[in-house]
Amino acid sequence: MKPEHARKLQEMMVAVESDHGGDASYGHVATRDVDTRHGVILYLEGITVSFDGFKALNDLNLDIGVGELRCIIGPNGAGKTTMMDVITGKTAPSSGTAFFGQNIDLSKLSEAEIAHAGIGRKFQRPTVFENHSVVENLELAMKTDKRVKPTLFSRLTGTQADAIAQTLALIRLTPEAWRPAGLLSHGQKQWLEIGMLLMQEPQLLLLDEPVAGMTDAETERTGELLNELKGKHSLMVVEHDMDFVASIAGQGKVTVLHEGSVLAEGTMAQVQADQRVVEVYLGR
Amino acid sequence: MTAVALPTLASQFQANNRLFSPKAWSSLAAAVAFLAVLPLLNLVVPSDHPLHVSSYAVALLGKFMCYAMAALALDLVWGYAGILSLGHGLFFALGGYAQGMYLMRSINPGNAGALPDFMVFLDWKAYPWYWAFTEHFAYAMMLVLVVPGALAFLFGYFAFRSRIKGVYFSIITQAMTFAAMLFFFRNETGFGGNNGFTGFQRILGFDITAPDTRAVLYWTTLAMLAGALVFARAITQSKLGRVLTAVRDSEHRLRFIGYDPLGFKLFVWCVSAVMCSIAGALYVPQVGIINPSEMSTENSIEMVIWVATGGRGTLIGPIIGAGAVNGLKTWFTSVLPEFWLYALGLIFVLTTLFLPQGIVGLARRLAGRYSKGTGS
Repeated sequence: MKPEHARKLQEMMVAVESDHGGDASYGHVATRDVDTRHGVILYLEGITVSFDGFKALNDLNLDIGVGELRCIIGPNGAGKTTMMDVITGKTAPSSGTAFFGQNIDLSKLSEAEIAHAGIGRKFQRPTVFENHSVVENLELAMKTDKRVKPTLFSRLTGTQADAIAQTLALIRLTPEAWRPAGLLSHGQKQWLEIGMLLMQEPQLLLLDEPVAGMTDAETERTGELLNELKGKHSLMVVEHDMDFVASIAGQGKVTVLHEGSVLAEGTMAQVQADQRVVEVYLGR
Repeated sequence: MTAVALPTLASQFQANNRLFSPKAWSSLAAAVAFLAVLPLLNLVVPSDHPLHVSSYAVALLGKFMCYAMAALALDLVWGYAGILSLGHGLFFALGGYAQGMYLMRSINPGNAGALPDFMVFLDWKAYPWYWAFTEHFAYAMMLVLVVPGALAFLFGYFAFRSRIKGVYFSIITQAMTFAAMLFFFRNETGFGGNNGFTGFQRILGFDITAPDTRAVLYWTTLAMLAGALVFARAITQSKLGRVLTAVRDSEHRLRFIGYDPLGFKLFVWCVSAVMCSIAGALYVPQVGIINPSEMSTENSIEMVIWVATGGRGTLIGPIIGAGAVNGLKTWFTSVLPEFWLYALGLIFVLTTLFLPQGIVGLARRLAGRYSKGTGS
């Protein structure tokens, strides 16, 4: 089936389903809420991205389930960052389709709209507001009306304070709550940034090398944090560090990228036993 | 250690973001009370009494409070949102001109249609459209708010939308006030040219030079300054205030978490312009003149020095800075007038080198050292 046909069919199905779903948002076919009733949060199908003939992604197919923690590994230049750019709308694919849930076509949305729809991305270098306290950083990131007037008259509600407190506990920064973020360690800043992403209540979290530059203890703690998030959020973790991936993947799926497409997929043990993966990583 | 009790977070948050601490409230009330008493000491206490305050001192303080309000306005944009304006003198002067025209038309009571001399010399027969209705005080005061507000909105909208930032923005504001000064200098534009507006006689029917009128103007200025401080503090302690400091520190990051900085910058820029204009409108009846030199680039740069000297991003600092720098200026211009500009430059250099947080920063450091000293 051609992608356009697939999309139309999906839209029709959504329309039919929401007609009978008794949903408050009937009348809108292309709803803003992501539809994940089939248990899949992200579909990438036949994605190709070429830069002047060089194919950074080559017919990439990938899907991620709701609540899954998916690790993506691959050598330099395998296309990991380009794939994240496609998902977040920074780069438009030359061909292929990217769907968020069954109903949101990512190729039709801007970066800001994608962020608003519920895909949060954490970049490698942490960027927190250094002069604001940890709590204030979380407060600013919190999902709410972010226009001028509501911001001016905003008062922190009890629910919001609870949400901040919970996130603080999750990212283990409760003792640092009132410190300026600029005084945190590198690892703590990374956690704060993950916390800020969580405050935006994303459905899917993309984490680009979350443990780069961390101490061993911080790396270990980050692994625990990601495992706590698993189930509540869908996560995609892109990482170089094989040991770290081995420590967080558990029995979950690991995808190996190589030269812009999926080389292997399976549990960490399966992937490590795969002859092609060994060649790519070690055999040069 | 796992979790601070939940109500603590909410209450701590509220405490951090309250308007003022009880201590700050009482210092503020004490300062306002002290300043409010001075005109009484001028009016009531006989001039040979040691507690008598001279009319000169009251007039000087009234002027300084106008400067302080302009500095406060500048601190909102520069200290909090990181937008350095080198053109706030323009907003100050616009407020002054609107007030000045009302005062011009009050010179001859009962004949508000009489043209000022400079218009007579131009052979004009009536007031131009832009000065229509300025014989009404309320309308002139509306102009004080609307004209600088609208100008700031237009200028800010295009500048911020084009993402003009940092030194480029500062240079454009400087060019803007310079262009306006040249425009106001011209005789045929209807702003009194070189001489501006002066020779005022009365305000709302009261003799403008009478001691009690001057006292009322002083008290009005004091009340407006205190009100502006509370208002500015309410903005900076709100979530919008935290968004502004985020604009200052990392605008890109702010955009990434879902805020559009344009509206926030525009808001604080317009509030600041209007506040500065009100300061200008309070200034003119007290000094008795408004002319285009108020828009000179030096004036706007001096405002920046007041803010830097007092302590950028502290609100109270710029008020103190405006008083301190202008106090020095008064002394210098009477004793060593030719050295004032060197002294001003030196103040700026020394502040930048040794007091990055200004006078308020120094005071906080000393207080910190003192409390540490007693604590151990």
